Amino acid sequence: MAEWQSPSRRRFKLDPLWLAGPGIFYLVLLLIVPAAGLMFLSFRDSSGSLSFETYRQMFGAGIYVQVLINTFSIAMQTTIACLLVGYPLAYWLAKMPEKRRRLVMWLVLLPFWMSALLKNFAWMVLLSRRGVLSQILTGMGIGGPVDLLYGRGVVVFAMAHTMLPLAALTMLPTLLSIDLGLARAAKTLGASGGQAFWRIVFPLSMPGVAAAGLLVFISSLGFFITPALLGSPRETVIGQLLITQVQQLLNWQLAGAIAVMLLVVTLAVCLVYDRAFGISAVSGERSDRRSTGLFARIGTVVIASAARVTDILAGVLDVVPGLRRRGWLLDAFCVLVMAMLLVPVLIFLPMAFGSSSFLEFPPRGYSLRWFETYWNSSNWTGATMRSFGIAIVSALLASAMGGIAAFGVARSKSRIGNVAFLLFMLPMIIPNIVIAVALFYLFAQIGLIATDAGIALGHTLTALPVVFVIILTTFKNYDWRLDQAAATLGATRMGTVRKVTWPIVKGSVVAAFLFGFLHSFEELTIALFVGGGVRQTLPKQMWDDVLLQVSPTLAAASVIILAVVTVVFVAAERARPR
Amino acid sequence: MPSQSQFSPQAGISPKLSVRGIRKDYGATTVLHALDLNVHSGELLTLLGPSGSGKTTLLQIICGLVEPTSGRLFIDGRDETSLPVNQRDIGVVFQNYALFPHLTVKENIAFPLQMRRLPATEIDKRVAEVLDMVNLGHTADRLPKALSGGQQQRVALARCLVYRPSVILMDEPLGALDRKLRESMQIEIKRIHRETGATIIFVTHDQEEALALSDRICLMNDGVIAQVGTPQEIYEAPANRFSAEFIGLSNIFDGDIADGMLRSADGNIPAVAGMQAGDGLMVRPEHIALTDPAQGFLSGTVTETVYAGADTRLLVALESGKSIIVRQAAGFPIAPIGSSVGLTWQSSAIRIVR
Ligand SMILES: Nc1ncnc2c1ncn2[C@@H]1O[C@H](COP(=O)(O)OP(=O)(O)O)[C@@H](O)[C@H]1O
Ligand SMILES: [Mg+2]
Repeated sequence: MAEWQSPSRRRFKLDPLWLAGPGIFYLVLLLIVPAAGLMFLSFRDSSGSLSFETYRQMFGAGIYVQVLINTFSIAMQTTIACLLVGYPLAYWLAKMPEKRRRLVMWLVLLPFWMSALLKNFAWMVLLSRRGVLSQILTGMGIGGPVDLLYGRGVVVFAMAHTMLPLAALTMLPTLLSIDLGLARAAKTLGASGGQAFWRIVFPLSMPGVAAAGLLVFISSLGFFITPALLGSPRETVIGQLLITQVQQLLNWQLAGAIAVMLLVVTLAVCLVYDRAFGISAVSGERSDRRSTGLFARIGTVVIASAARVTDILAGVLDVVPGLRRRGWLLDAFCVLVMAMLLVPVLIFLPMAFGSSSFLEFPPRGYSLRWFETYWNSSNWTGATMRSFGIAIVSALLASAMGGIAAFGVARSKSRIGNVAFLLFMLPMIIPNIVIAVALFYLFAQIGLIATDAGIALGHTLTALPVVFVIILTTFKNYDWRLDQAAATLGATRMGTVRKVTWPIVKGSVVAAFLFGFLHSFEELTIALFVGGGVRQTLPKQMWDDVLLQVSPTLAAASVIILAVVTVVFVAAERARPR
Repeated sequence: MPSQSQFSPQAGISPKLSVRGIRKDYGATTVLHALDLNVHSGELLTLLGPSGSGKTTLLQIICGLVEPTSGRLFIDGRDETSLPVNQRDIGVVFQNYALFPHLTVKENIAFPLQMRRLPATEIDKRVAEVLDMVNLGHTADRLPKALSGGQQQRVALARCLVYRPSVILMDEPLGALDRKLRESMQIEIKRIHRETGATIIFVTHDQEEALALSDRICLMNDGVIAQVGTPQEIYEAPANRFSAEFIGLSNIFDGDIADGMLRSADGNIPAVAGMQAGDGLMVRPEHIALTDPAQGFLSGTVTETVYAGADTRLLVALESGKSIIVRQAAGFPIAPIGSSVGLTWQSSAIRIVR
């Protein structure tokens, strides 16, 4: 038989990864280049030659060192608190029947998307001298007006409150992927409830716990809202330092040095994590690695002792009447935690409808006067309009770039796909404050400070990972054989996209857009730096007002933010396919 | 119409579909080694082979989802090697059905007709017809996920039948169904094949399914065609060791030939004419009869009996250690475990395998 030549029509096939090109270009241009430039600056003195003067300054001056210590210890304490409270919550959610979990998840997801500013503002109102708690305590005759604000305790408490949904939601996928039948199997093999939990469920859930710890810790490092609003000067953190040093004094060297340090710590934490679990476990993927060595041996001992302690504790509790069946303890605890997540915010909102000229609870009379103040203030309405505009533009940009990149990464067979994935996750891993300062540095040189475009470009950058991950998950779960089937049934390339692919992924693209919108709508840090005090977004306007004085107008603005967030969040959740 | 006879000069009838020297490489590994295969118009041909033997790849090349590294594909005498998928007159039933989850049963089935821009009334008529054919009229407005596995399977079939392609490809379409359902679907496919007269290429790794369905079987192994023939041909005259072992149960003896005997480690067995050095002898279990230990060609001890209703399978261990499978039809007394037996057979039952 004759040799048949290969078809002449064959052409060089580009790996779909090229679709990630625009997004990667954007990330390099707006994040990697300016951040690198900033870090580079920190190793120079004012004449431009190599020097470690900045670092000597930073580690030499007592106040800087104190700020560093504050930042790290607050971040650590917040992380521990989040894990201790978040784990039972995630476990509780994972054990629920699927239908009920979907409902309850709303109550965790809503606080997750609620702006951090709002949550902290709520605590500020509730815990102040004239706040609800103080009034209750006074009413009960426990001393005069108490000031619960301004201390390490309240800072860690409120920060953990802010980050708790993040922790629980990060742990949940891992817990869900654990076959709870395994614990049952352990019991048939003779393990007590405690033994089964500590020896089977707990070790299997470690990747999720570590991922949650990692994300909370990193986010806490650059977080300044809580310490600024609820802390005393003794709780000053890096974020606040950067705001004064960069915004007011343009001390680029110091900014660079701090950026270097935060990045080094972040990187170190990520590396340790990667060592132990493999970085892909952050997104709930199971790695098949089994850790060995010192960590593993310590872990075994810890788990064995924890199991023993639980058994002893269980033995003691068994004797107490009413505690023989104690499943309700977890229920009670978790209901309480969920109430804590939502109630503080919901309870201070009615104050916006009060008629007196300061915030009080319960309000003595009701009026809409503060909404009128809001409505008649061009500052507030202008900021609101600007926030809407910027959020729409950045969500569009992020969805376009992140969407096609997600498609490319999902379809790519190339190994570089993993690198691209990490690159797109960078804005989530690098502390927000570093991104904001780097953007400030870049935009100062090209005249984008105090422009709406600058803020929108910045928000696009930080919205990218959110949008990217949502769409990537969709494309990864997409059954590409459907496209093949459509082709064999006679559909053209365009026809397949229009009639099959798009209708199936549409929901999650819309959801990604809406979550991108939410992200920008609530973003404060970048708006603070890039807005230059001129282009006020809604969160920035709130921030400035909060620092000046707590007024009922703020509560009115909060109501409006919360209404927008809730509506957009509900729309996004409904759009998202299950 | 382009020249019909271009590549089918000798035979009076041209094959419906002709695979000529088709080869596929993925990187350095060759998945298909220059295959040649003709499929006749209206026949039901199965591609049978173990997992990884290249069945799906060949199917995807035929429908145009994968481009071959070299070789040509002719359909109705036309070279369609490079014709885009959506322009081929081929229907595919996918392994996991690939029903569009956002479209109802009716919409799924109407899809290929809409792509062909048929008028709406014609579409409705044809969809109703084909729904009747697969007995799914009552599910027309449901989404695929509301159907059972067997029903989804039939929708996939209906979606493929509705535009009347002259060639239908099915990739392990019954793999996900339980045994009962699989058997009734096999009957249904045979019926539809008869009624439509379509040419069907059916992929399976299940030899029983292949034997039950096929006009002809194309047996594949490691990217090579091991044998093509009717089920009877392949079962009764396997062309090689792979065919003999893959289809049905077989006992194979190897050794040197001398004085008309095959001298194997298991004992001396009468050889048959035409054997060459290196060839083996094959005997199917149902052709072996049990006799007195002294009278058989070989003798051994019964080590296991498996009762299967219509027959009983015995494992007989020879002195060499080799186990021989013997099938005893129902009605004979079953030799008890541990008893010594002799094995004998008619020389006409023996096949040479290379
Ligand atoms: N896209 C691909 N890239 C690399 N190897 C492939 C690809 N598709 C199939 N293979 C390999 O080709 C061989 C044949 O696969 P396939 O045609 O799916 O076999 P079958 O359908 O008979 O089980 C397998 O070894 C498989 O690993
Ligand atoms: Mg296959």
